[in-house]
Amino acid sequence: MSAFNAIGEEREIDRDEFTPGNEPQPTWCPGCGDFGVLKALKQALPEVGRNPEEVLTVTGIGCSGKLNSYLDSYGFHTIHGRSLPVARAAKLANPELEVVAAGGDGDGYGIGGNHFIHTARENHDMTYIVFNNEVFGLTKGQTSPTSPKGHKSKTQPSGSAKTPIRPLSQSLNAGAGYIARTAAVNPNQAKEIIKEAIEYDGFAHIDFLTQCPTWNKDAKQYVPYIDIQESDDYEHDINDRAEASQMMFETENKLYEGEVLTGRYYVDDESPSYQAEKQAIGEMPDEPLVERYFDEDYEWERSYDLLDRHK
Amino acid sequence: MTDDELIWRIAGGSGDGIDSTSQNFAKALMRSGLDIFTHRHYPSRIRGGHTYVEIRAAGHEVQSRGDGYNFLLALGDSFARNPKEEAVYGDEEIKPLSENLDELREGGVIVYDSGLLEEDDVAELNLEERAEENDWHVFPIDLRGMAKEHGREVMRNTAGVGVTAALLEMELDHIENLMTDAMSGDVLEANLSILRDAYEMAQEEYEFEHDVRAPTGEHDEEQVLVSGSNAIAYGALDEGCRFIAGYPMTPWTDVFTIMSQNLPKMGGISEQVEDEIAAAALAVGASHAGAKAMSGSSGGGFALMSEPLGLAEMTETPLVLVESMRAGPSTGMPTKPEQADLEHVLYTSQGDSQRVVFAPGNIEEAYDQTRMAFHVAYEYQIPTILIYDQKLSGENKNVDESFFDREPNPSLGSTLTEEELKEAAHEATGKFMRFQSDPDETENGVSPRSLPGQKGGRYLASGNEHWPSGHIAEDPDNRVLQMDRRKRKIESIRAELDEEHDSQQTYFGDDSADLGIITWGSQQGTVEEAVERLNDDGHSVKGIGVSDMMPFPEQEMTEFLESVDEALVVEMNASAQFRGLLQKELGRFGPKLTSMLKYNGNPFEPGEIVEGFEIRLGGDSAEPTAQVRFEPAAGD
Repeated sequence: MSAFNAIGEEREIDRDEFTPGNEPQPTWCPGCGDFGVLKALKQALPEVGRNPEEVLTVTGIGCSGKLNSYLDSYGFHTIHGRSLPVARAAKLANPELEVVAAGGDGDGYGIGGNHFIHTARENHDMTYIVFNNEVFGLTKGQTSPTSPKGHKSKTQPSGSAKTPIRPLSQSLNAGAGYIARTAAVNPNQAKEIIKEAIEYDGFAHIDFLTQCPTWNKDAKQYVPYIDIQESDDYEHDINDRAEASQMMFETENKLYEGEVLTGRYYVDDESPSYQAEKQAIGEMPDEPLVERYFDEDYEWERSYDLLDRHK
Repeated sequence: MTDDELIWRIAGGSGDGIDSTSQNFAKALMRSGLDIFTHRHYPSRIRGGHTYVEIRAAGHEVQSRGDGYNFLLALGDSFARNPKEEAVYGDEEIKPLSENLDELREGGVIVYDSGLLEEDDVAELNLEERAEENDWHVFPIDLRGMAKEHGREVMRNTAGVGVTAALLEMELDHIENLMTDAMSGDVLEANLSILRDAYEMAQEEYEFEHDVRAPTGEHDEEQVLVSGSNAIAYGALDEGCRFIAGYPMTPWTDVFTIMSQNLPKMGGISEQVEDEIAAAALAVGASHAGAKAMSGSSGGGFALMSEPLGLAEMTETPLVLVESMRAGPSTGMPTKPEQADLEHVLYTSQGDSQRVVFAPGNIEEAYDQTRMAFHVAYEYQIPTILIYDQKLSGENKNVDESFFDREPNPSLGSTLTEEELKEAAHEATGKFMRFQSDPDETENGVSPRSLPGQKGGRYLASGNEHWPSGHIAEDPDNRVLQMDRRKRKIESIRAELDEEHDSQQTYFGDDSADLGIITWGSQQGTVEEAVERLNDDGHSVKGIGVSDMMPFPEQEMTEFLESVDEALVVEMNASAQFRGLLQKELGRFGPKLTSMLKYNGNPFEPGEIVEGFEIRLGGDSAEPTAQVRFEPAAGD
């Protein structure tokens, strides 16, 4: 019998189960886009049949990092930029957990940029939501890796001389299997995309546009947006790398010109996840590693059996 | 220095097969019943340069490399290229001979490969003259030519071993058996015939006027030749560690490699990742999800682990890190030992630190203390760090096979099962109090954890200060309660180490002595031998090898220091870091302490410590001959 009975439990799950009872209410500012992510996630998880106890949310630092403070599941609130390595190891140790990592654009594309590239490249089976509001929020409005060129802030008083990062293109180049962009102002699409991402068997990256009404008043509030799957002007095969790449390139240019494109950009239906690859080469157990610690009949190998080579 | 021991040094260039040859020869000596200790010296280069391995073999127990050596097998550096006078690396081809002569004992034996070392070059060394002065016995032999005759030039190592065996009057059977185990086909046949030819040639051609012979010994039970890195990896495996994440860095790579090669076969997981921040963060993630996990690095890589280390402290995630020191600062000397990361390991990461640090003093302790590190980490939900160095990492010693015949311990420590969660006090509120801080409930500071996926245990683990439920909090009363509880864990660990286990400190020498030598980590065996020798010479000395760095064994060290008038503190660094810790923790004894420091990239030899003792504590006023420095403690 499993030592983790919450995993795979089949029952009707009310989304209110994900709302903490006596915990403090969100400290996000009124009008903050982060509320949109929280809401979409709370809706998506029950709809894909996941209960709060089999979900592990791993967050970084900043306003986005507080996501799991307001979501009653298992949670790990880590440190600046480090949500991905923590999350992917938890998933390796217990692949039956639903692991969702989240962080901001500074956290995920700046300080955690290296982990982002490598987690995408390895195609770990997990979901990664980046709250992209083009600014550092919790540290009070400094320029972030997605801030537009020329963005003025207290730390860049003459305006940023840096070209903003291209998160979608970067994700594709690194090797992510599922890449989408959505926005807090588009709750239905956001929920559907999160559901797909969770069910995707590989690294699902969602660049989630979240407006910051306090520190980024000049930024577009991501409305009006265009859903590329709904629009007749945009047609591309989401399974085709080259077409997806072209769409991402256009999207990333247009965002700073005031045209907000959202939707699914790339879905790789062919490549196996990292966990599957690792299992195939015999470097990962078939059963969750953690279960073994609760199995009283399991025979633990000893170093004594390795000593022949030392004689 | 005893006469009934062989210290065989094989010298050449990196990539010339020095390691594999010496490993086999060491095992052959061990199989003949001798105690073995090996010492490895190598440059930070893949091929070429000056490298040597020493094998000390004796009929009695050996715990250090010893002083100097008495048999040199000098192979040429086959990778040395275009030696020019101004070249940075100089004339390397001759180094296996020229660089090693200073430490060769009187009456020693030299075999050098006249096929690689040119006669003119050798002439420049004044070898004949020096040999006469020191009563060395020199055998120039064309090992390269001999190997070539049998088809493979690289097999000149084997020819050297054959000649060695003849000159030491050893039987060839152990060497032949080991070769047969390791090779097959034509390669084996060629090696065996080179070995026998070289052996017979040496027997026929030379008269053995030298006194150096293979000692005789007899083991009661089967022996295994293991390194410090083996011991750490095996301790981890036996304690149920099945997850490791790392990034290669010398000398930590040894542990990482051994674990990576064994874990998949044992149903475990090994991950080589993008950097050391990720490596330690992965170990935190795996441990949070319920696996026994470890990571590690050497100084520079450990610096990056400062962040996830603090995260593990604050979230109370069990974690074992190993830190294999090499000479610093920065990338320092990658292949040379030093004990200068102690303060780095004790104090890195922000805030008041809640971690445990053990410094094993020899190979057996490396195994035992790795197991202890896992026990403490999982029982007390705290990161533990094993600090050791390039010396302990790479040296090999024979250990009774039965030493490793232990029961595994896969316990996750203070982790609840779903059944236990049902009975936890939180049932009434419906919210699991992961970080319960009530002093009555958490006497030893530990508040048991649940694991993601378990029914009824969900909580938030936060690197921010948090309420008992896990949610972020800056409430002053809660802060103090949580901080005090975490501090209480350190006190409980100290109490457990003191009361329920044999001391992790090692005592040796004359119990009633008024003079002492204190050391820590890998220098323990060397100091132990020095203390033994001093006592044999009529001094009265006691010694202690300290392993507990944090929490510090305050009571034990106080008792030791109260029992002596003066003590020498021996460590391999320039700033007397351990002596500083000793003074910080005890707040007195400064006037009794003198540091003896060495930081030239080579570990202490026992003779140097004997000399240091005699100069500082034994009434001798001579200057030290070795590259060591004395430094009085503050308060002296």
